[in-house]
Amino acid sequence: MLRFVLGRLLMLALVALTVSFIGFGLLRLSGDLAAVLAGETATTADIARVAKQYGLDQPLYVQYLDWAGKALRGDLGTSLFTREPVIDLIMARIGVTITLAFSALAISLIFAVPLGVVAAMRKNTWVDRAVLTFSVLGQAIPSFWLGLLLIYLFGVTLRWLPISGSDTSAHFILPTITLALATMPALMRLTRTGMIDALASDYIRTAWAKGLLPLPVLFKHALRNAILPVVSLSAVLLGFLLGGSVIVESVFALNGIGLLAFDSIKRIDFPVVQSILVFLSFCYIFLTLLSDLINAKLDPRISL
Amino acid sequence: MSPADAKPLGPQSMGAELMAPSPREEMRRRAKSHAGLIFGVAIVLLAVLVAIFAPVLAPYDPYDQDLAKRLVDPVWTTGDWSHVLGTDALGRDYLSRLIFGSRISLMVGFGAALIAGTIGSVIGILGGYFGGRVDSVVVYLINVKLALPGLLIALSLVSIAGGSVGALVLILGFLTWDRYAVVTRSVAQQLRGSDFITAARAVGASQTRIILGELLPNVMNQIIVIASLEIAIVILIEAALSFLGLGVKPPEPSWGLMISEARSFMFFKPHMIAIPGFAIFLLVIAINMAGDGLRDVTAPEGRN
Repeated sequence: MLRFVLGRLLMLALVALTVSFIGFGLLRLSGDLAAVLAGETATTADIARVAKQYGLDQPLYVQYLDWAGKALRGDLGTSLFTREPVIDLIMARIGVTITLAFSALAISLIFAVPLGVVAAMRKNTWVDRAVLTFSVLGQAIPSFWLGLLLIYLFGVTLRWLPISGSDTSAHFILPTITLALATMPALMRLTRTGMIDALASDYIRTAWAKGLLPLPVLFKHALRNAILPVVSLSAVLLGFLLGGSVIVESVFALNGIGLLAFDSIKRIDFPVVQSILVFLSFCYIFLTLLSDLINAKLDPRISL
Repeated sequence: MSPADAKPLGPQSMGAELMAPSPREEMRRRAKSHAGLIFGVAIVLLAVLVAIFAPVLAPYDPYDQDLAKRLVDPVWTTGDWSHVLGTDALGRDYLSRLIFGSRISLMVGFGAALIAGTIGSVIGILGGYFGGRVDSVVVYLINVKLALPGLLIALSLVSIAGGSVGALVLILGFLTWDRYAVVTRSVAQQLRGSDFITAARAVGASQTRIILGELLPNVMNQIIVIASLEIAIVILIEAALSFLGLGVKPPEPSWGLMISEARSFMFFKPHMIAIPGFAIFLLVIAINMAGDGLRDVTAPEGRN
């Protein structure tokens, strides 16, 4: 077991190292970054000056080690565009994205898990079919389009809610609904499938046979097992929400980390882009590790 | 989804059962009674036909600007059939752009799925079949892929490589292979020790022959089912990238780009957002229903 855990941690360390290479190298794929930054009218001397200014004249591994070494000490470099430290830029905006991601996931789970359970218990009835239809529809709506429709309905026609910015908590309602609807179908389907399997399994039949009441059977035995993949998926979705909120942040002009990454990509602000890419990858790695630990805690068959 | 499958066999089908229909006939029978599959495949085929015959079907050139006829309303408000869905801000016929836009969605969707399916299946089958060190490398690759924030990587790569349809096919193909790899890997793992593989090995078949001749045909169903769902996801990503302005470039008639261009008029011309969004929605729903249907038909025991 110890060997398994160590192997797992070694794998995560390797993955973390690799994503840091990729995050670092991605914008450098454009060829000569200095030439791109210097602009189209730049002379060779200008390009050389820009390269020297940002350390781009150094060999790639020197640049990487320099960046990684500073990053480990909390220095992510300076934005080429705003001249602010990257860490400050990220810290100023991460709150918006985290609020959005967690509230969307929470809303999504609050609706998806009970609906999935009910659909599984009433398999092949109209309830089940309604849940499945809802998940098919939800999976097919482009989230940016849904966002615009919600803006039109609630912001313009009904005038109930603010449609852009992140000043008050009311500003978060529409973006949260948009993201929650995007993540609900997968969670609903997985809960339903897990519950159907759990309800058909031997240990549930045993629990029924022991004369346990339906509700305790449902919650203590079936849901506990059905929820394991849902926990894993929630971790994946949270990672997706942190990195994928760029669309919703753009539609609702929310000043989060997704929008920062997007703007920085457009202006080739490579210190910001590489830091956000690596930061989000590390978040994902951490979240999946966390979900494994939660699953180990929930699943009586796994012991660490 | 399909109640027809769940019906008990009537007495008249007893004779047919004795004659033991071949698995293929059985599959065809299930396909014919699967409403979702028929609906999905019909819409997808319609979209493919529209894309192929776009030059014949479109009433105008999708790039042709008529500045005297900008932002013309659709026929249901004007009663004028010359521009059925109206025109955009540059006086281009909306219906013609919508028709030509189907080409972009379908090319990117099918093209990227072909690339991703090939990469993912090769990686997954190799890992699952050989196990050991090979599998460790495969698991490592999958973990790296999953840890990277896909949407931001795609945005970065498009900003470097430009937004041609070919570039998008390549970029999205290289960013969506993980699900194929995960599924083919686990199927190959299950099949590795099965009798027909052992038998093939016993008669001295080469590894290549076993993989191509024995394994691949057995995972093909799964690959096709995943592909049908992944095509839908890729179409949604392309629309989102183009909407954000880092996807297909103007003046191409990408549906996502049409929504983006119509965004500034959405408060007084909501149909300009509604129409291309609904086109994406319908195409994605149809592909998903076809994919779900395929799964039900090819693997009825795995349905839920």
